[in-house]
Amino acid sequence: MNWLSQIFAVVFYNLRTIPERKGSALTAAVGIAGVVLVLVGVLAIAAGFQKTLASSGAKDIAIVLRAGADTEMNSGLSREDTRLISDAPGIARGTAGPLTSAELFVIINLPKRSTGTDANVPLRGVSASSFDVRGNIQIVEGRKFETGKNEIIVGTGAARAFAGLDLGREIEIGTNKWKVVGIFSGGGGSAESEIWSDADVLMPAYNRDGFQSVYARLNSAASFTQFKDALTTNPQLKVKVLTLDEFFAEQGTMMTEFITGIGVFIAGMMALGALFAALNTMYGAVAARTREIATLRALGFGAGPIITSVLAESIAVALVGGVLGAAVAWLAFDGYQASTINWQTFSQVTFAFAVTPALLITAIVWATILGVLGGLFPAIRAARLPIAAALRET
Amino acid sequence: MKFLALVFSNLKRKKLRTTLTLLSIFVAFLLFGFLSAIKAAFLAGVDIAGADRLIVRHKISLIQPLPQSYEAKIEAIPGVDAVAALTWFGGIYKDPKNFIATFPTDPDKYLNMYPEVVVTPEVAAKWKQTRNGAVVGKATFDRMAKLESWKIGDRIPFTSPIWGQPAGQSQWEFEIVGVYTAGKKGADETSFLFRYDYFEEARQERKGTVGWFGVRVKDAAQAAEIASRIDAQFANSPHETKAEAEGAFAAGFASQVGDIGAIVMGVVSAVFFTILLVAGNTMGQSVRERTEEIGVLKAMGYPNGLVLVLVLLESCLLAMLGGFAGLGIAWLVTLGGSPAPQMLPVFVIPHRDLLLGFGFAIVLGLLAGTIPAISAMRLQIAVALRKLG
Repeated sequence: MNWLSQIFAVVFYNLRTIPERKGSALTAAVGIAGVVLVLVGVLAIAAGFQKTLASSGAKDIAIVLRAGADTEMNSGLSREDTRLISDAPGIARGTAGPLTSAELFVIINLPKRSTGTDANVPLRGVSASSFDVRGNIQIVEGRKFETGKNEIIVGTGAARAFAGLDLGREIEIGTNKWKVVGIFSGGGGSAESEIWSDADVLMPAYNRDGFQSVYARLNSAASFTQFKDALTTNPQLKVKVLTLDEFFAEQGTMMTEFITGIGVFIAGMMALGALFAALNTMYGAVAARTREIATLRALGFGAGPIITSVLAESIAVALVGGVLGAAVAWLAFDGYQASTINWQTFSQVTFAFAVTPALLITAIVWATILGVLGGLFPAIRAARLPIAAALRET
Repeated sequence: MKFLALVFSNLKRKKLRTTLTLLSIFVAFLLFGFLSAIKAAFLAGVDIAGADRLIVRHKISLIQPLPQSYEAKIEAIPGVDAVAALTWFGGIYKDPKNFIATFPTDPDKYLNMYPEVVVTPEVAAKWKQTRNGAVVGKATFDRMAKLESWKIGDRIPFTSPIWGQPAGQSQWEFEIVGVYTAGKKGADETSFLFRYDYFEEARQERKGTVGWFGVRVKDAAQAAEIASRIDAQFANSPHETKAEAEGAFAAGFASQVGDIGAIVMGVVSAVFFTILLVAGNTMGQSVRERTEEIGVLKAMGYPNGLVLVLVLLESCLLAMLGGFAGLGIAWLVTLGGSPAPQMLPVFVIPHRDLLLGFGFAIVLGLLAGTIPAISAMRLQIAVALRKLG
């Protein structure tokens, strides 16, 4: 027999006999499935969070904040500022003039539906043109708020996560009552976590006399430099200009880095644990087949094919575990609706876990690596067994 | 005790397997230790909250400021022992990644309110003499001393995205007069505290306002009643308040992280038990392989009970060795400080969780050993010996 057909013969023989050792093989597979489940599960949180922020971004929409502010919460712009900003070049025009929206961003405390504990829910006061500036806001139920009235519309995520935000109900903010008149979607972005109202009604209710940000729809992504330069060189303004892409890329860094860091760390530790289990299983498998392997060697099978066959068994077991873990993670976590606080904005973001194809591939890669590592040393031991002594073993 | 040698030689028989099993138990408990620390960090503040302390904030949300004049009004409410005002400053040193939780406050009132914040009398005196003086939590000071070579006496420039520039200067400047330490396990050592009078004088907007008040009541049993008295005092004013127990406030704050914390904990505990299952299975297997030997022991006259104990002893020894080592190493690592001080300001394993971990290790040993031990006990000598064949 040549070397290649030896490999095939012994690998298939080995794989066919896995059911003989199903107890220990299953143990190793379950261990690896656990690692993959955790890895995918935790990274799906980070991926979902990032996806929400990414779909909030846009290249042809700019946001203007006070210089030095890193979030809308910290920013402040006077009415005069917002007028100057609307006059800048590069802004697209609608029927009612330049497409800009001066906005107010505050938080209010509302109980979470799931736990009943208070959460910081973002409340945004917007201008009438805000819908045209964003372009992806759609009323899915009810209607838009009327200007000048104590009416609010609620993002789909916020409506799902926080108590009292049902269509037709009234909520109390301070001494005012606000009626929920509509539910809106915002292309999966962070706007869906927010409550919107008319900025001019919200401002006096909050004792404010200025805005916090201006959103502007640009003629095209290429107009951004022109727009930014005009504002940053204007001596009357001290502002910071970002595209929504840039803005939202900054907003979640702390959170995503933390979750990813913790996820990889925990999965790494678990991978170690599972590796020991896999090693134990494969050493056990080799030990149980000592006589069998010695017989194969006596028959003339080389060391290479023996090593390959043990590795193949280990990888096969690991892959079964990996696929199992990834499938469970996908079924359990993909699309799971959650909300958490984004410390950078000090307000709640609702988002869905995202088990992306890239994550599934990562999972399979980890499983394969565990399979190779778990099988390699037992395989080498198998190939080195002294034939005569091994044949005599019971 | 004379049987201990027998147990050890059984463990030593397959050194590789014993080592691998030990290591996987070790890893599982190491993970358990770290998770306890992470969970404790999420809930930081809840454990150290004083039963006699309240937090008073604006009714709408924490970001709405309250008038500083409320301090005297709250002090005047019967049953109130002390009041200290705090404000969120959001300090940044040079680069946004050097974000430091910074609060302006009154030194005397603050130190009186929070006895878990410990400073030497010299530092307290120096702080009161130095108008722009600041006291820094030990964890933050050590970190910044390493990264940016901060020293006591340094004048540190800060920027604040919220408060902009101070009057007449481009940056805020604080002189570090000393370090505070946590006088209670689990208390935060990452804050940066500076003086409210300096803040009030230098800030250019929202003068005369503060973020929230810490309130201590004379009798903890009356805390709830005094909280509603405070809220009643300011009802129907432009700045209505919400007063609640410090523990409830901290718990509410922690629950904002919400589902994520719960899910991470859930998934990981599931896996902790998976690893244990795998390890337990291996331990069981190594007993099953020795059926014939157990038969020999019994033939020599070992009573059933002793056989049971020997097998249990073996599995417990293994589980406790791995488990205690894992918990111990995790504990040593947390002594080194938090890996992510901004997200996890406090990073310690609570005593309760350490004990729980020890308990789990013993339970693991018993569970993994029970089934093989019982079958070893029930084993019939003739059957066992026939296996030798």
